[in-house]
Amino acid sequence: MKLTEKEIEIVELLEKDARLPMDTIAKMVSLSIPEVEQIIKKLEDAKVIVQYATIVDWRKVDGHEGVTAMIDVKVTPKRGVGFDEVAERIYRFPEVKSVYLMSGAYDLSVVIEGRSMSEIAHFVSEKLSTLDSVISTTTHFILKKYKHDGTVFEQGDQDRRIVVAP
Amino acid sequence: MQKTKSYLSDTVSRLKPSGIRRFFDLAASMEGVISLGVGEPDFITPWGVREACILSLEQGYTSYTANAGLLELRKEISDYLLRRFRVSYDPADELIVTVGASQALDVSLRAIVNPGDEVIVVEPSFVSYAPLVSLAGGVPIPVQTSGTYQFKLQPEQIEQVVTPKTKALIICSPNNPTGTVLNAEELAQIAHIVAKHDLLVISDEIYAELCYDEQYTSFPAIAHMRERTILINGFSKGFAMTGWRLGFIAAPKDLATAMLKIHQYTMMCAPTMAQYAAIEALRNGADDVERMKKSYRQRRNFFVQSLNELGLSCHMPGGAFYAFPSIQSTAMTSEQFAERLLLEEKVAVVPGNVFGASGEGYIRCSYASSLEQLQEAIRRMKRFLERL
Repeated sequence: MKLTEKEIEIVELLEKDARLPMDTIAKMVSLSIPEVEQIIKKLEDAKVIVQYATIVDWRKVDGHEGVTAMIDVKVTPKRGVGFDEVAERIYRFPEVKSVYLMSGAYDLSVVIEGRSMSEIAHFVSEKLSTLDSVISTTTHFILKKYKHDGTVFEQGDQDRRIVVAP
Repeated sequence: MQKTKSYLSDTVSRLKPSGIRRFFDLAASMEGVISLGVGEPDFITPWGVREACILSLEQGYTSYTANAGLLELRKEISDYLLRRFRVSYDPADELIVTVGASQALDVSLRAIVNPGDEVIVVEPSFVSYAPLVSLAGGVPIPVQTSGTYQFKLQPEQIEQVVTPKTKALIICSPNNPTGTVLNAEELAQIAHIVAKHDLLVISDEIYAELCYDEQYTSFPAIAHMRERTILINGFSKGFAMTGWRLGFIAAPKDLATAMLKIHQYTMMCAPTMAQYAAIEALRNGADDVERMKKSYRQRRNFFVQSLNELGLSCHMPGGAFYAFPSIQSTAMTSEQFAERLLLEEKVAVVPGNVFGASGEGYIRCSYASSLEQLQEAIRRMKRFLERL
């Protein structure tokens, strides 16, 4: 799908802040509010804009700190469907946050979130490893999130400029 | 007290303190101020550039460089000027790396002004031009551009003030404080008058990277102008490197050689670590510049349209990061407006008159602030105007 420059600008603005008011977006890209609404509707219908989500720092919520792991998975691709079938079997689990097909030493990169390490260990040993096509798994637990999807969690950069300058 | 003052030179005694200063002191003493008075990017220098500087320090590059700056940097500047602005300067003897564009201005004026020479300053202008002319022994001759023409210099205005003593003309496009950009055709008309009266042009192009609606035209790119132009540019605005204090002069060899003498005796060379950072900025910084420019353009569109909706009429500035709206509808002077807006709603703007007489009736608002801050500033200004 080919987008105009203004459509791309609108997508970029929403990607940074999905709650930006329509009239602000309209002014920023020099279009009318109905024009912007129409573009957004079009992009939503075409699933260019898939979803509006919120980035949450769960570590700050008591009892919701959670555990995230990245699992390298080696699989045997199947004739006709390649990696797609096993990928689908994996991503259907709600605790699986993302699944990517990778080049290099392993095939699928699976990101999983759970309440505890044992919950994740249980998922890997009981659900993931037991799939027919899965040859091996390597689980890496995430110790700390510094930056996630372009957002730095502990924002350190503040405005240090002097108040009035020529 | 009286005694110590008597030690001062007449030139310095006559120099007026910057009008911005009083405002700065007032604004700095208050809490919760949204400042639209800042004349610099709100971006921090891109990490790649900062990282290159750190590396240079780790490797121990801490000594002086050549007076004119690292040859490696001058070569990059030469390539950059050709690539971006289609002007050609020899890195060997036509480029000088300076401590910011401000020092470049100072060196340029001192190199060309004889006592009593007149230098035309197009106002509203950056606050340093006229004082620097005076410090160089010259006489600043203001020309007032008008809001009616979006503060574009009209060529005939030069003719009205030219005398046999006129030596040079300082132009700045995109302009601080008005954001006005002069296009190729308008510059060509100015060039015609400049040639007719055999003037030299100091072209301050520090905002050249921040030109939003059209292809930027550098003054020495106009036919026959290279030989009578001192081009000043730098890294502060486009590359978000204000605190590094790094600018440069590009000028024909004879002029550059003379200017290098002054630079050599007064400054030795620009800071070495900043020069290494600048090399990285020129080699790999184009994407960062584009990203920042896009963000400024979006904020400009938002802010200027919002100002107009508030009833503060404002032309769409083609470049820099300043909006220069008229506040004449409020029947206040620029200073009254700015002071009341600061005290009553804690929004700091700069009164237009500090940039020259024709800035009266206007205020300078920098839109190099976060969108949230701009939105809040507009809300506060709306409240302020409704109360009047």
